[in-house]
Amino acid sequence: MTVRLCAHADEAVAGIEDGSTVLVGGFGMAGMPVELIDALIRQGAKDLTVVSNNAGNGDTGLAALLAEGRVRKVICSFPRQTDSWVFDELYRSGRIELEVVPQGNLAERIRAAGAGIGAFYCPTGAGTLLAEGKETREIDGRTYVLEYPIKGDVALIGAHRADRMGNLVYRRTARNFGPVMATAATTVIAQVREIVETGSLDPEAVVTPSIYVDRVVQEAQRA
Amino acid sequence: MNANTVNATSTANATSTANAAIGAGAPLGKHEMAALVARDIPRGAFVNLGIGQPTLVADHLPADSGVVLHTENGMLNMGPAAKEGEIDPDLTNAGKVPVTELPGAAYFHHADSFAMMRGGHLDICVLGAFQVSGRGDLANWHTGAPDAIPAVGGAMDLAIGAKKVFVMMTLFAKDGSPKLVPECTYPLTGLGCVDRVYTDLAVFDVTPEGVKATATFGVTVEELAERLEVPLLTA
Repeated sequence: MTVRLCAHADEAVAGIEDGSTVLVGGFGMAGMPVELIDALIRQGAKDLTVVSNNAGNGDTGLAALLAEGRVRKVICSFPRQTDSWVFDELYRSGRIELEVVPQGNLAERIRAAGAGIGAFYCPTGAGTLLAEGKETREIDGRTYVLEYPIKGDVALIGAHRADRMGNLVYRRTARNFGPVMATAATTVIAQVREIVETGSLDPEAVVTPSIYVDRVVQEAQRA
Repeated sequence: MNANTVNATSTANATSTANAAIGAGAPLGKHEMAALVARDIPRGAFVNLGIGQPTLVADHLPADSGVVLHTENGMLNMGPAAKEGEIDPDLTNAGKVPVTELPGAAYFHHADSFAMMRGGHLDICVLGAFQVSGRGDLANWHTGAPDAIPAVGGAMDLAIGAKKVFVMMTLFAKDGSPKLVPECTYPLTGLGCVDRVYTDLAVFDVTPEGVKATATFGVTVEELAERLEVPLLTA
């Protein structure tokens, strides 16, 4: 399906339903699709499950979505940070569910969802609290834990540039979760700094091919 | 690099470290510990430095070490922290601190970054710890306190992924209890994964035969043995 180039972030997030699982890219603020998250706050979908490396920083972006009481559950690797007071308060008062996942398992479970893998055996976390209750198997003398994919209804990601077909390139460590999340959601929405003419991205350098991308919006502050 | 090379070089370095440190007569500060770790990292190794004290190791690597630093958020050949005027919000380390890139740097996404780690391609990772057991079990992600918010980040992936896992920690907690213990009481990060422990009072190798102090600072092995419940191998 052809990518939709959206004029505004509000158009890009239209139709996200209550109860959706939303994959949110970014590691700290690098690669965080802040304008899409702000638009999701205005859009109003609630009872969301958010999958992201962190659980919000400061009072903006993901933290603001949490503060609005719109998120039922967070699946992340590292909620506790010096500036995660919004999440901390919700968690301590029992108003949000948390599933802590080792960071590599988070990435690989998302990758598996996008790659059509039913589940996979992974050594990370074997014998720890985070593997409790999970199936294990000995392979060549090592214990592996069965891990299931994490699929999104929606992915919100930040990229550096898109062409008009929706091919994406990233910049430096802002790439982080973007490329795997782009493969693993029904509707993939990318916020980019610049939309360039088709043909002007080096095909050898495209990181996320257009097949994965449904909607693209250029950041308003740069438009 | 292969594991044997790391092992051989590290052992040689550890011996020279021990010789140099004998008679130093005082517990090490965190920079001295970081310098010790840096001296044991072979030239050209691919290394991940954990958040916190392990980050200091980078400051003690010789400029020509050829060591390639990996950061879990998707980069090899990470450079030093960014100075004023060099800060780029798109370029941070695992602690979200702005950093720089060195010539030969490469970027990759998170699944690749952790595949690289889990797949045994990193020669060494250096991590902090709450506790290490005599079998090399590591506890460094969660205090287990009922009101603590659990946060694991990449700790479990690093613990089981790198060819060699070095830990940097003080040997005793603030309340005086040893952090090198027969069994970890804090929730585990990984089982049997730690190879060497650098502390302010001694360096320990965790071997299949048991724990061996390879260097001590201001104390004797006998004095340490009295304060630790973990049996120490004697030469």
